[in-house]
Amino acid sequence: MFDLSGKTALVTGASGGIGHAIAAALHAQGATVGLSGTRVEALEKVAAELGGERVFVLPANLSEPDAPADLIKRSEEAMGQVDILVNNAGLTRDNLAMRLKDEDWDMVLAVNLTASFRLAKACMRGMMKRRWGRIIGITSVVGTTGNAGQTNYAASKAGLIGMSKSLAQEIASRGITVNCVAPGFIATAMTDVLAEDQKAKLLSTIPCDRLGTPEDIAASVTYLASNEAAYVTGQTLHVNGGMAMI
Amino acid sequence: MSNDVADRVKKIVVEHLGVEESKVVNSASFIDDLGADSLDTVELVMAFEEEFGCEIPDDAAEKIVTVQNAVDFISENV
Repeated sequence: MFDLSGKTALVTGASGGIGHAIAAALHAQGATVGLSGTRVEALEKVAAELGGERVFVLPANLSEPDAPADLIKRSEEAMGQVDILVNNAGLTRDNLAMRLKDEDWDMVLAVNLTASFRLAKACMRGMMKRRWGRIIGITSVVGTTGNAGQTNYAASKAGLIGMSKSLAQEIASRGITVNCVAPGFIATAMTDVLAEDQKAKLLSTIPCDRLGTPEDIAASVTYLASNEAAYVTGQTLHVNGGMAMI
Repeated sequence: MSNDVADRVKKIVVEHLGVEESKVVNSASFIDDLGADSLDTVELVMAFEEEFGCEIPDDAAEKIVTVQNAVDFISENV
């Protein structure tokens, strides 16, 4: 089940907690993996951890307009093709709407949403020709529920869901599925900074009574990337310990 | 030259759309006569680009709606 031997996957944001786990999981299933991100050293470290074989480091700064097309080009040069695209790169610039600067709105939309679309567009040609492809967006529970202080982030993540559903309808007949995975609260560097009482309050809203792990997310991505998930498209898989049942 | 182009274009259309060769006449519209959907037309353009080693810009691609349109564009630009 879920064998990805012979497949190639590009994971953006691969040096972060969730991206790292996704890359490791796809690699463990046999895929060749391209690791993208802005921090070259951190990517090299992930590559070394994966053993160096079937791994390519492909740095990119996705806030730049031409970066997505260039990244897909370099990925295809390195790996031959891109069968699985995981749009995981994302950033936050939280603030109350009243205080949110235009540049913080623009930056979050540019990286989380616009770059994801451009990456998908750039690798679709090859996927259509091969009649096989997987485009997986890492969205967020707040894309569905909203969250005070995250108008920009929630909009970008909701946008990713709408984009994925539309794209899924366009290219399903060509063997390409487009889905999202929506993490809830996952234990990463982002949640490490929370105070104990904040964490306790948070846990009271999660029926599973724990934060999620990057591996919880990676397992869902692996499933959606597999042949076994060929009939699943346009969906959002919520992986949040039950904190929001949608 | 243009006969050769026409033959190659028709061959791609037959293969891609799975239609009978006799239906692929110069005046045939990909969508109205040959049963293509809009994504098929995008793929046809991709196939023409590869066959003839050229790039067909989006604004030109939108105007390629019949077999003759494709033959004309390729004959003039390749």
